[in-house]
Formats: sequence, structure tokens, C-alpha cells
Amino acid sequence: MTDPRIAGAGVTQFGKHPERTGRDLFADAGLEALDQSGVDPDDVDALYYGNFMGELAEHQGHQGPLMAEAIGVDAPATRLEAACASAGAAVREAVKTLRNGEADVVVVGGAERMTNIGTAAATDALAIAADDLFEVRAGMTFPGAYALMARAYFEAYGGSHEDLAHVAVKNHEHALVNEHAQIQKEITVEDAMEAPTIAAPLGLYDSCPITDGAAAAVLTTDEYAEEHGLDAPVAISGTGQGGDNLALQDRPHLARTPAADKAAEEAYADAGIDADDVDVAEVHDCFTIAEVLAIESLGLFEPGEGIHAATEGTTSRHGEMPVNLSGGLKAKGHPVGATGVAQLATIAWVLDGTHPRADAVPDGTVGVAHNAGGTVASTTVHVLEVQE
Amino acid sequence: MTETPLNGEFDEWLDSIEDGEGYYVECDEGHGWLPPRRVCPDCGSRELHDEPLPDSGEIVTHTTITVATPQFEDDAPYVTAIADFGPVSITGLVRGVDPEDVSMEDVVGIEVGERETTGERAVVFRPR
Ligand SMILES: [Zn+2]
Repeated sequence: MTDPRIAGAGVTQFGKHPERTGRDLFADAGLEALDQSGVDPDDVDALYYGNFMGELAEHQGHQGPLMAEAIGVDAPATRLEAACASAGAAVREAVKTLRNGEADVVVVGGAERMTNIGTAAATDALAIAADDLFEVRAGMTFPGAYALMARAYFEAYGGSHEDLAHVAVKNHEHALVNEHAQIQKEITVEDAMEAPTIAAPLGLYDSCPITDGAAAAVLTTDEYAEEHGLDAPVAISGTGQGGDNLALQDRPHLARTPAADKAAEEAYADAGIDADDVDVAEVHDCFTIAEVLAIESLGLFEPGEGIHAATEGTTSRHGEMPVNLSGGLKAKGHPVGATGVAQLATIAWVLDGTHPRADAVPDGTVGVAHNAGGTVASTTVHVLEVQE
Repeated sequence: MTETPLNGEFDEWLDSIEDGEGYYVECDEGHGWLPPRRVCPDCGSRELHDEPLPDSGEIVTHTTITVATPQFEDDAPYVTAIADFGPVSITGLVRGVDPEDVSMEDVVGIEVGERETTGERAVVFRPR
């Protein structure tokens, strides 16, 4: 068994494109990925596509075949939904399909149209990732859920809102050179601390924006890449997925994300690496506290230590363990169903040296992508490695 | 106008709290859950029995939500908290106290209230 290769990837400009349809967004990313890969679209055996709220935002279900058509691919197409980890789940299906020999070429991607329905309706739509009976009916919003986790984290381990502000400042700085990013604006710790509160203790700058966008990647078997002379130096060497109780109230610990622990453990074992081997990570920072929880679950920091990482500069592009060189969800934006594949594209570009922040890890060979759904009741982790 | 269909055991559970006879379900291993449950997600036991919900819980985390969904627009700002009732933890709206005065480990009782925005029933905690 050999590791699937990333032959090409495409990401739209993330931002406010309320007039652009989901199919148009996905075509933008998908065609770029196909063009960059050099793969003949007729060779594509399957499309796995992530999307979370298409029914609510566009009154559009059954998006798989629609998106295959949009990129000129005639192949079985399936949509996956795992809240914000929908695209990560799509990547995992693609990897499994390629590994078990059922396909030579798979397109993986995702798209989300969100700003067309406005902030209130988008907030409402995002909340359906939580438990409707026991959480949403008790007023829980998506930011509210992470605020509950943030307060529980501070109680268990210490740290403060100011530490979270450093996460936001770092990710905004990383995004300054990312032309795909929704927000390219430097902010200060003071800006983040003084921003309006949305769900105490979290403020506006602790939260990712609401975003329209799409991402896609063309994955092939090692054999296909070799036979067709593709330039595809980065392989997906490990995949993992973990789950947890959907409702926060049913979990024994609110300051930990065991679904991500399990996903990381599985992905590292699959790739034959451990956390010490990781050179760079893209993690799911839908809220600043989520980055802290993610880097602890990935084993990059001990429980209770992740909160200090951004404050101490360890996770900045100048630090020992750069995290979210893209700007993360925080600054790059979070078109929910596309995020997992946008992370994959970022790591591939950092490792092959074409990302504008690749100079943060000039000798990097191992990267991880952590994609979390809801309050981390679903998580996928993928390990990417340079395999010349 | 048609009546909104009820959510089975969830609404029965709210009724029980309204009647002052709140309960939870428990397996023989002592894992507690809120209904409807047919199996214990922890140990797989299908032998679940009703147990009386303890009279009060302790707040283990809370947030004051200022940006609400349309269903809670008129309620905002409001406090959502998770309270530990021992065998089960429950999520609810904290009322009867200024949001700024809600603290970790506050002891609360449970009742059923209404959302200000929609009039729908909601779990409400009040300081004890
Ligand atoms: Zn049990």
C-alpha cells in the first residue's frame, strides 16, 4: 500500500461573495485544482464533497452530482456532512478509496455559501451542529458553546482572555500575505481585548468570520502519479477520525477534546510518526480557544500548556512550532464545508515551498491538518509528508 | 393553525420538571443521561431505569450571550450554563441573577421557563 498523492489544489478567495452560488464557488476551486494537477478530468473516478448548510443557505440538497457537473467531471459524487469537519471527512473517504484500490484519481473538496442569508440566519444555521433538544433550546450558539469550553479551560488550567487575544493577533499576522484570506489586517492584543463581546468570555476577535468559499484537491495513487509524470511531492501518509458525545453536557471534561486526541493518535500511528516529528500544523481555530484545544490534542503541547503557546510566540511563524500559517479560520475565513480541504491545500503548499509563509519551515517535511466539527464531536486529522 | 408536534420523551421530561418530579435515566453502572435514551453510550447497557433528579446542581461553566440566534433575539443578553447535578449535567438558561454575578460553583435549582422571543419552553436555572 502506498500513500495517496496531492496532485493539485485550488482555493477560492475566502470572503463575502453573497451573490455567488455554491456551484460557482466550487467550480472556481475545482477547476483550479484540476488545472494545477495536470490530471485529465476523464480520469477522475469519484468526487467526495463537504458541505454543511446548503439546505438552509441555498435551499439545495443533493449537492454531490451538482458539484461534479460544475467541474466537468462525470463520476460518482457524494456529499459528506460532519458539521465543520465535512471536508476533512471527505478527505478521509478519498484516502480510503485510493488506498483500497477502488480508484486511481479522486477529487476532494467542499464549499459553503453563508453570507447571502445574513449574520442572524447564519448564526442560526451554525447552531444546528449542536444538540437541538438539550443545547440549542437552552440558548446555545456556536460562539456560546466555545465560550463554555473557554471558561472551563481557564478554570481547569488557568490562562486568560489575553492569551486568547495573542492567538488572534498571530493568525491575523500570518494571513497578511495570504491572498485567499478574508481578513488581511494586522491587529493588536488591545484591539482584540477591546472588541465587543459576543459570548463572554469570547469577543468578536476570538471568532472566525462568516465566509463564502470553496476548496478542492486532486488526489491520486502513487502509481498513477508516477505513470503520468505528475509533480506531486506531498503525500497523505496518515488519516484519523474521532468522535465524542454531541452535547457538551454529556462529556466528562469540558476543557479537553478527546475526539481530536483519538483522531491524532490514529493518524500518527497510520503515518508511523509521533507528535515530535510534526513541523507545521493547520488547526481548526473557529474560535481562539479552539486552537489551544487543538494543539494540545495533537500532542504538540501538554494539556494546560497550549494556552501559553501564542503568547510566548512558539506557534508564530518565527516560533518552533508554527500553527496556522494560512491565518487559520480566524483570518483566512471559515466557509464551513470547505475548511478541511483548504487546510490540506495549505499544508501541501507549505511543504512544497509554494505557500507565501513556507519560509517559516524551510526544511519542513511533515505537516498535520486538524479539522473539527461542532464542539469537536467530530474530528479528522491528516498527516502530510514530502515523499520525493 | 396546527399544533407543533411534541418531541416525545423530551417534552415528557420537561413536564416532569414542571411538576417538580424531574428525573434522569441511569444504567446499573451508575451512568446518568437525559431521555430519550435506549442504551447507555458509555457501557452499552440497555437496562436503564428512571431516577429522581437531585434537587440542585452546581454551575460548572457559563457564558453570557449577546449575539443570539433569531429564536433568542429578545432574550439577549442571557446566560447559558451547564450545571452538574451529580449523575447528569444539564444545560439551561440562568435567570433570577444579574449576568455579571453568575459564578462557577453557584448552586442552582431547575425549572421550566419560557423563551422571551418565542414563548417556547426552556430549561431554566435559578440560584438556590
Ligand atoms: Zn452505563
